[in-house]
Amino acid sequence: MAIIDLANPTRFLNLAHRALPWLIEITGALFVVGLYLVYGAPDDYQQGATVKIMFIHVPSAWLGMFGWLLMSIAALGTLVWRHPLADVAAKAAAPIGASFTFLCLVTGALWGRPMWGTYWVWDARLTSVLILFLMYLGVIALWRTVEDPSRAARAAAILTLVGAINLPIIKFSVDWWNTLHQPASVIRLGGPSIYPTILVPLLVMALAFTLLFVTLHVAAMGNEILRRRVRALMLMQAQSAPGSGE
Amino acid sequence: MSPLAALFIRDIRLAIRVGGGGGIGVLFFLIVVVLIPFAVGPDLNLLARLGPAILWLGALLASLLTLDRLFAVDHDDGSLDLILMSDTPLEFAVAAKAAAHWLTTGLPLVIATPLLGLFMNLDAKASAAVMLTLLAGTPALTFIGLIGAALSVALRRGGLLLAVLVLPLTVPVLIFGVAASNAAIVGPLPFGTPFTILCALMLTSLVVGIFAAAAALRHGME
Amino acid sequence: MRLEASGLACVRGGRAVFTGLGFSVDAGEALLVTGRNGSGKSSLLRMVAGLVRVAGGRLALVDADPDQTIPEQAHYLGHQDALKPSLTVAENLTFWARYLDGAEPIQGALAAVGLAALTDLPAAYLSAGQRRRLSIARLLTAKRPLWLLDEPTSALDREAQNTLSGLMRQHLSGGGIILAAAHGPIGLDHAKELRLGDFG
Repeated sequence: MAIIDLANPTRFLNLAHRALPWLIEITGALFVVGLYLVYGAPDDYQQGATVKIMFIHVPSAWLGMFGWLLMSIAALGTLVWRHPLADVAAKAAAPIGASFTFLCLVTGALWGRPMWGTYWVWDARLTSVLILFLMYLGVIALWRTVEDPSRAARAAAILTLVGAINLPIIKFSVDWWNTLHQPASVIRLGGPSIYPTILVPLLVMALAFTLLFVTLHVAAMGNEILRRRVRALMLMQAQSAPGSGE
Repeated sequence: MSPLAALFIRDIRLAIRVGGGGGIGVLFFLIVVVLIPFAVGPDLNLLARLGPAILWLGALLASLLTLDRLFAVDHDDGSLDLILMSDTPLEFAVAAKAAAHWLTTGLPLVIATPLLGLFMNLDAKASAAVMLTLLAGTPALTFIGLIGAALSVALRRGGLLLAVLVLPLTVPVLIFGVAASNAAIVGPLPFGTPFTILCALMLTSLVVGIFAAAAALRHGME
Repeated sequence: MRLEASGLACVRGGRAVFTGLGFSVDAGEALLVTGRNGSGKSSLLRMVAGLVRVAGGRLALVDADPDQTIPEQAHYLGHQDALKPSLTVAENLTFWARYLDGAEPIQGALAAVGLAALTDLPAAYLSAGQRRRLSIARLLTAKRPLWLLDEPTSALDREAQNTLSGLMRQHLSGGGIILAAAHGPIGLDHAKELRLGDFG
C-alpha cells in the first residue's frame, strides 16, 4: 500500500539539500558583517559596553514573534488544506521560536543585572516575552503528547491560532498591568531612542539572525520529514509482519 | 424539549450527581484560600491587601481543575460521536455544555466568595467587588478552558497538559479581574475601566473559546 | 434509496487502511462487512457516520433527503454504549430521544428490547448485555433510514440476539438500510457480504 505522505516532501528534501549550503554561507557572511559593525558601534553613555547585548536581545524578541507568525501561517495550511508540509513546518518552527524567546529572556536578564541589580524585574516587555515562552512550551508539549502526527498537527494548529489571537490581548494586558503597578518610569530596555550608528548594526544583526532562523528551520523540516519516513516504515513493517492480524 | 436544552439539563444533572457537583470546586477553593495564610503569615493587613488576588487565583485553579473531564467523559463513552453526528451544530452543543459547567462550577465559586472573603479580612465592599469581578470573570475562564479541554480530550492524564495550555491565555482575565477588585477597594483607578475590559474579555473568550473548542473536537475525532 | 460508495480510501494514523473500496446497498438490504482485525471494518462504518474523513473516492446516500447529510440520517451503534452510569435507564434513553429529535415514546423502545422493568435503575447497575440492549433501544427512539452497526451482537445472549434479528428485519422491511461490521453472521439471513483486507 502506498504511504500517502511521500509526494511533496520528497521534492522539499531535494530543494533543502541544495539550498542549505547557500543558506549557511549567507548566514555566516551576514554574521561576520554584523559583528564587525557591532564591534565598531559606540558604547552607551550610562551602560558602557553592556548595551551591546541589545544586538542579540532585540533580534531575539522579533524572532520569537516571527516564529509564532510562521507557525500560524503553517497552521492555516494544516487546517484549510491539510498539507503535510504545513504540519512539518509548524512542528519544526516551534523549538526554534522557543529557543529565540528563551535567548531573549536570558539576554534581557543579563542586561538587566548591571542596571537594576537583579536578574529579573517584571518589566512589561520581558513579561510578555515570558508568557510567549510559556505558550511555546505548551505547543511543544502538545506536539509531543498526541501520538498520531496528523492529529497532533491539527491540535497544535488550533492552539497556535488561538495563541495568535490572544497575543495582542496579552501584550495589551501586561502593558496595562505594568503601568498600574509601576507608575514611575523604568528604564526601557530599548533605550530612549535608536541612533543611526546603532540602527544599521541592529538591522544587519536582525537580518543575520533571521537568516539563521530560516536555515535552522529548513534543516529541522528536513529532519522531521525523515523522522516521519522512519515512522511510516516501522508501521509498514508491523503491518506486513506474519501474525499481525488475528 | 429541544436537543440543546436536553444536553444542558443532562450535564447539570450529571454535575450534581457525580462528585458532589459544585461542592467539590468550592471545597478546593476554600482549601486553597485557607492555605495562603500558612504561607504568608496571619498579618491581617497583608491578607486584606492580597485578598482579591488570592480569591482570584483560587477561583482560577478551581475552574481549571474541573474542566478536565468536560469533554473527556463524552469522548470515552461514545456520546461525543453521536453529538457530532446530529444536525445540532457542534458549536451550540459546546456552548450548552460550557453553560452547564459554569452554572455548576463557576457560579458556586462566586457565591462562596463572601464567606472566603472573611478569611482574607475583606470588608463587605471588598467582597462585593471581588464577587462582581468573579461573576464576569469565571465565565471567561470556562470559555478559555474549553479550548484546553477540547485539545486534550483523547489524552490520558490530559489535566496537566490542559493547565499548561490554558493558563497563559488566562493572564489577561486575571490581570483585569484583580485590578477591577482593587480599584473598587482602594482606587484611584475607577472600577469601570478594568471591569469593562474584563467584560469585553469575557465576550471575546466566549466566541473564540466555543469556535476553537468545536474545531478541536472535530479535528481530533479521527 | 441507496447507499453507494466507489473508490473509497481510508487513512488512519498515516497508514492507508483500505483503498479503492466500492459497494452499493439498496433500501431493504443489509451489507455485512467482515475481515480480520485492522482491516478497517470499524473505520468504514465511522467513515459513513462522518466521524472519519473520506481520504478518497465517493460516498453518497442516493434518493434520500437532500437537505441532510448522511450522518444526520443514520443511527450509529459503535463499540461504546454512550450511557451515563449515574443516570437511570429512562433518563439515558430520554436524553438521546430528545437529542436525536426522536418522536417515538421511550416506553415502547424499552419494551422492545426487554428492559421495561428496569426504567428507574441507574445504568451503572446494568450488565454488559443489558447496556448493549439499551443502546439498541436508542435506535428505536427516532426513525432513521440508515443503521450503522459495529459488532452489534457482542455481549448479547441468544435471546437478545433473536430480538435484535427481529428489530433488524423490521427495519429492513420498512425500507431501511443496514451496514454492519462483524466477525461472523449476526442473524440476518439475506445479507450481502463485503470482505475487507483483500484490497491493496
